[in-house]
Amino acid sequence: MANAIEAYGLVKKYGKVTALAGLDLAAAEGTVLGVLGPNGAGKTTAVSILTTLIEPDAGEATIAGIDLRKDPHGVRSRIGLSGQAVAVDEQLTGFENLDMIGRLYRLGRTRSRERATELLERFDLTEAAGRTIKTYSGGMRRRLDLAGALIAEPPVLFLDEPTAGLDPRSRNDLWTVIRELVGRGTTLLLTTQYLEEADQLANDIVVIDHGREIAHGTSRQLKRMIGGERIEVAVISHEDTPKVQRILAAHASGEIQHDPATNTLVAPIAGGAEILTQVLRALDAEGVMVEDIGLRRPTLDDVFLAITGRHAEEAPVATGEAVAAGGTA
Amino acid sequence: MKRFIHALADGSVIARRNVIKIGRVPEVLVFVLISPIMFVLLFAYVFGGSIDIPGGSYREFLIGGIFAQTVVFGATFTGAGIADDIHKGIINRFRSLPMSQSAVLVGRTASDVIYNVLSLLIMALSGFVVGWRFHEGLLNAALGFGLLLLFAYAFSWIMGYIGLLVPSVEVINNAAFMVIFPLTFIANTFVPAENLPTVLRVFAEWNPVSAVTQAARDLFGNLPAGIPEPTVWPLRNAVLYTLIWVVLIIAVFAPLAVRRYQTAAKRG
Ligand SMILES: Nc1ncnc2c1ncn2[C@@H]1O[C@H](COP(=O)(O)OP(=O)(O)O)[C@@H](O)[C@H]1O
Ligand SMILES: [Mg+2]
Repeated sequence: MANAIEAYGLVKKYGKVTALAGLDLAAAEGTVLGVLGPNGAGKTTAVSILTTLIEPDAGEATIAGIDLRKDPHGVRSRIGLSGQAVAVDEQLTGFENLDMIGRLYRLGRTRSRERATELLERFDLTEAAGRTIKTYSGGMRRRLDLAGALIAEPPVLFLDEPTAGLDPRSRNDLWTVIRELVGRGTTLLLTTQYLEEADQLANDIVVIDHGREIAHGTSRQLKRMIGGERIEVAVISHEDTPKVQRILAAHASGEIQHDPATNTLVAPIAGGAEILTQVLRALDAEGVMVEDIGLRRPTLDDVFLAITGRHAEEAPVATGEAVAAGGTA
Repeated sequence: MKRFIHALADGSVIARRNVIKIGRVPEVLVFVLISPIMFVLLFAYVFGGSIDIPGGSYREFLIGGIFAQTVVFGATFTGAGIADDIHKGIINRFRSLPMSQSAVLVGRTASDVIYNVLSLLIMALSGFVVGWRFHEGLLNAALGFGLLLLFAYAFSWIMGYIGLLVPSVEVINNAAFMVIFPLTFIANTFVPAENLPTVLRVFAEWNPVSAVTQAARDLFGNLPAGIPEPTVWPLRNAVLYTLIWVVLIIAVFAPLAVRRYQTAAKRG
């Protein structure tokens, strides 16, 4: 199968900061490539290069078979972009925004309006179609921005942290939409700080840090590397710690970690709630008082720990939208 | 040719969007239109009565200068508009679309003409109220206004380029003042160029703002008989000299701005 996205050795430096240090990316036609990395890893830089917004210092890329350097215009006519910062006009209505984008894709007046109406309907924005974006919630803006990327039905789509800052419901809605799209053969490059999101949506995941790949594989391969769910126990008394350690060891599927500062123990496990129940019973039987106990899914930070033996430098925050004040690249 | 047609087609989509936005924030328009009225009234009453011009009315003489100064200042909108598109991030959308690379600038400079048309209209009306008249017929007056608009349009490209260089509305406003104040004051805008001290006089005589002002006054019939005919070429051939500058400015700044546009992006 041909690759719809292919990039070799992308390098981009901003003064002393190396945003990308020789990154390769590839996505087969009709698949989803997840680019997973903490804040500052170089995700947006990679997306900006592949969507012709900035030029790399070195490296080559083809999008839908078109050379990025030789024919940027050709690339633009085959891609859709929904960037990290929503790029819609605050003072236009939802419909006006989409219609404008459709016209600029040269869909023609009738087709452009048709598509705008269709997409507003599909993204549940029909009621808000005539209101200016100023009145939209964060989730609505995200959806409209995504609709803008889809208006010309481009074969290759780039979504840069599409769910950053969204509440869980809006996030799930967006996931559904993305799955639908991919079901129709669109190739998608998606960046995220959430392992869960990459896991849910991507066929292939590239984990990047400081502008280079540190791991690459399918979601299953990555999970094998980092394990599945964990039990996390915050113990009140330090005297109880060895007891808890022993109980967890009986159920853990890997090494147990202890953070002395918070007196928290984390144990990877192979089962789910069942094992949690067993651990709770054992703790109760031994009379251990815990401050907090629960199941936790692995996060990007766990990926980093497993791969590099250290934490991700900038822990992902719930609202990952770090937008610098306007500046030209 | 195809590129040119695309630039116009896409530019008109952008211009339409800008026009819609003007209507959505009428406050801006109110300020745009109030300040020219203020200028006309202030200058007419503060200076208009106190400066004597032999053989004519200083007030009539002054209005042409105020027209020129105001429309040149109007170019600031272009810089601010471009800066706003970058700051708000919609530039990233435009730049990822298969649209003409000059459309954002073509559309912006075109839609900003509206501001100048409106402010000229308002100034002409308030000018009428304070006693300004044109004496060379409607056609010449229209040509005068046309020339002012054309010159302002060219200036828009300079400010558009600056807007791409420093995409901050505050910086644009300050930069505009730094460029536009000397350009409109060291000119014949408020006093005949001949009255200025030598160094300033030479600058004023070759300043295109002087030429467009001179041309407008001439076409409006606002040059008092008592003022000596200008001796320098630019002011004797004010219309031609203005047109040369218009072509020159666009020929230099349009390519510069379009090139700069192709690297402009919001970081985020
Ligand atoms: N325009 C720029 N000027 C200077 N540094 C930049 C610029 N854009 C990105 N960087 C730096 O490059 C690195 C990668 O940034 P980015 O690609 O935005 O990361 P991510 O999207 O993964 O959070 C960061 O250290 C960031 O500060
Ligand atoms: Mg980013």
